[in-house]
Amino acid sequence: MKRWKRDGDVVVGTLDRQEAAVVRGLVSQIQDMLLARAEEAPQDELAELTGIRTGPSEAPDDPILGRLLPDFHRLDDDAPDPDEVNSASALRSLHEPELLDHKTAAAETVLQTCSPDGGELRLTIAQAEAWMASLNDVRLALGTALDVTEDMPDELPPEDPRSPHLGVYHWLTWVQDTLVEAMLP
Amino acid sequence: MTTPVEQERTQPEAVGEEVAAEDRPWQTVVWNDPVNLMSYVTYVFQKLFGFSRDHATKLMLDVHHKGKAIVTSGTKDKVEADVAKLHAAGLWATMQRAS
Repeated sequence: MKRWKRDGDVVVGTLDRQEAAVVRGLVSQIQDMLLARAEEAPQDELAELTGIRTGPSEAPDDPILGRLLPDFHRLDDDAPDPDEVNSASALRSLHEPELLDHKTAAAETVLQTCSPDGGELRLTIAQAEAWMASLNDVRLALGTALDVTEDMPDELPPEDPRSPHLGVYHWLTWVQDTLVEAMLP
Repeated sequence: MTTPVEQERTQPEAVGEEVAAEDRPWQTVVWNDPVNLMSYVTYVFQKLFGFSRDHATKLMLDVHHKGKAIVTSGTKDKVEADVAKLHAAGLWATMQRAS
């Protein structure tokens, strides 16, 4: 991977085959998780008639999905305000379907533009923004799974089971950061 | 925002106070997390809210150093839409009434 470059309205990057496989594999996994969550949405005939979709009112149990689909209010873990709990449920139910659409579409853009063989990527600005958002989702998921902290070292002791995965996380951080740098107005 | 002076002038009757509470604007809060990149958070603030690079950077640094920042405020509908946009970008955002 070379640093991303902006060439007018095109954002150019290069991935080798192995890097493309890592990106595609992780983005697919996130997309599958999000699509499975979308399947959990309550089915109701009224929604089909009106076209107004409603999502689940409960936050996901899974911490990774929970991080990708946050509550609309900061709820106190021990003694949440009942009004805020109700409001957070209603807002989740209202907004989650659109959020899931947005995230799965961004993932789809990455999968469509990233050839399994790797090679040069020439992205439109909209595609590059989808890449940024999708790489961010993958990093949020990995960061949650690896329990990443603010002062995470570059490497963990070899006996730490997270050690091999941390390298992937740091690499994705670099890929996203150079993409943002290329995109900054 | 309701000014303290006006609040003092308000008659201390229950109805008046409730109206005042209803009038308080909503705020969009962005919370610090160890994953989101400083560069990306700045980009998102500029892109979503049209902030200058300087203003976006200041808010990002507030999130980073103070743990949170209020990035926008206004009606419930506006703030709700702003939180939804921040969630789409992957930031940890919530909404609250101004205190």
